Amino acid sequence: MKIKVINGGMLTTVQDKGRYGFQASGVQVSGVMDWQAAYAANLLVGNDYGSAVLECTCMGPELEFHEDCLVAAAGGEPKLTLDGKPAEAYSAIRVKAGQVLKLSSMSQGMRGYIAVAGGIDVPEVMGSCSTNLKLGAGGLDGRRLGAGDVLSTGEPGTDAKEMLSGLKPCRRLQRTHAHEDMRIIRVVLGPQDDYFTSGAIEIFLSRAYEITADSDRMGYRLAGEKLERQIDGDMVSDGIVFGSVQVPPGGEPIIMMSDHQTTGGYPKVATVITADLPELAQSGPGTKVSFRAVSVEEAQAAYQEKLGQLEAAREVFENSRPASAAAGAALSGYGIKHYNVKVAGQQFEVSLQPVITRK
Amino acid sequence: MSARFLPAGDSAIAVEFGREIDLNINNQVAAMRTVIEAAIDEGKLKGIVELVPTYGSLLVVYDQLAVGYAGLIEQLKILAEGLEGVEISDREVVEIPVVYGGEYGPDLGIVAQLNSLSEDEVIKRHSEAEYPIYMLGFVAGFPYLGGMDKSIAAPRKQTPRLKIPAGSVGIAGQQTGIYSVESPGGWQIIGRTPLKLYDADREKPILLRAGQSIRFKPITEAEYEAMTE
Repeated sequence: MKIKVINGGMLTTVQDKGRYGFQASGVQVSGVMDWQAAYAANLLVGNDYGSAVLECTCMGPELEFHEDCLVAAAGGEPKLTLDGKPAEAYSAIRVKAGQVLKLSSMSQGMRGYIAVAGGIDVPEVMGSCSTNLKLGAGGLDGRRLGAGDVLSTGEPGTDAKEMLSGLKPCRRLQRTHAHEDMRIIRVVLGPQDDYFTSGAIEIFLSRAYEITADSDRMGYRLAGEKLERQIDGDMVSDGIVFGSVQVPPGGEPIIMMSDHQTTGGYPKVATVITADLPELAQSGPGTKVSFRAVSVEEAQAAYQEKLGQLEAAREVFENSRPASAAAGAALSGYGIKHYNVKVAGQQFEVSLQPVITRK
Repeated sequence: MSARFLPAGDSAIAVEFGREIDLNINNQVAAMRTVIEAAIDEGKLKGIVELVPTYGSLLVVYDQLAVGYAGLIEQLKILAEGLEGVEISDREVVEIPVVYGGEYGPDLGIVAQLNSLSEDEVIKRHSEAEYPIYMLGFVAGFPYLGGMDKSIAAPRKQTPRLKIPAGSVGIAGQQTGIYSVESPGGWQIIGRTPLKLYDADREKPILLRAGQSIRFKPITEAEYEAMTE
């Protein structure tokens, strides 16, 4: 199936979970900024978690579909239209051949994700479909999408075909997430927190920092109280991860995001936990964030809880049978509205009422 | 030398052997990477996503769904303890053919002049030394090298060039390096290698590896042309 790009939007690239295994050679990981939204979009159209999606920033693309297909958008509450009529995010959408889907803007965040049943089909480079703009590799010829580009998609799964033919209702997820004015971002201290005075650590974990306009897929520069060091001088470069909070001599932190360089020579006071990267990815310039320290174990539990909600939703969608009690509880955090249940060959649509809300 | 195990978030551990540029420390990093890779190959260590060696530490990126934090640190500690007292074997030396001067190395004359040496003497000193690769980074396939003869040092150019071809060999301060991809840059360019340090279409896209050493071998323009055909 082919998709023609009518307008590429502000910055739309093909991304997947990232290019791991080549950081030792200086190749950045890249990959989606908001793993949770990318997973949700893929889940809605029956794709694997890691399938390649389109990630767009602020203003999304306008896409013309050459055949009937199933599409879903997720992220910072993207506003969608299909042939000019409003369409729903966080829901699988049946698109007919010739129709135009437009993701005009984000109402509550920075980034939107568009998944197409079968995934965006681009050649793998070093094991990944992610676009690395700096290297000009991966994705669509290593660059952002522009008008006139044509994308191919893979073979949709059985569920996607059944949703498209109307045999099954379209999958929907409902987010209960409301953004606060002050966003709490959890971190694990280290690996070089010992470079800073205890006063600086206290400041880092209590004051508000503002995301500046100098923020993109590579990193977010923050403005706020400066962090004083007790070990002066440069350190030698070492490895960086998505979420590393490095502090240049000026004292204002920079959070490394998905296009981060593989190594860096500034001490890293802390690392944002995987569970809170989506919140950060959807936070734009001007947003105030405040950091809280957690243990590695707490960070992992938080990630596994968020992942568990999506895994539980997948289980329900795929099996089309009543969820287990545990899956049901996990699902409620995500506010699943409808799902399909087959009892003795007969289809039922079931609604789930959220009983637990996320933080 | 004992290693420190520092959390880099919930999916990576920095195994730190030292915080300075020192060949012994870097050899420990390379050895640790080798024993971890062997343990993975033998099926003794699970859940490792990738290893990122740098000057003084090895970043171990892991899948938190496949291996626990505390358990992984225990396993890494045992591997690190096994390194103590082990003689670090000599570095593998990779030969990099370079055509010096002319259009391939437009700044060779400047480097010679700055150091009051003949161009041939700069070539001799540059190609005699063995350069340990401490790490790769900055861009794909770019090696951070040590070991340059200080007598051929040269400051960066006042105005960086907008486009330096991949394979260019340069000097910046007391460092020498090879541009692995075409990029802008301010290094004094003294030569060029026909080898591709990065080639996405090659089975092994990256030519060099941290822990190796390189030696430059002077070649003629004709040899260069023959190697690029």
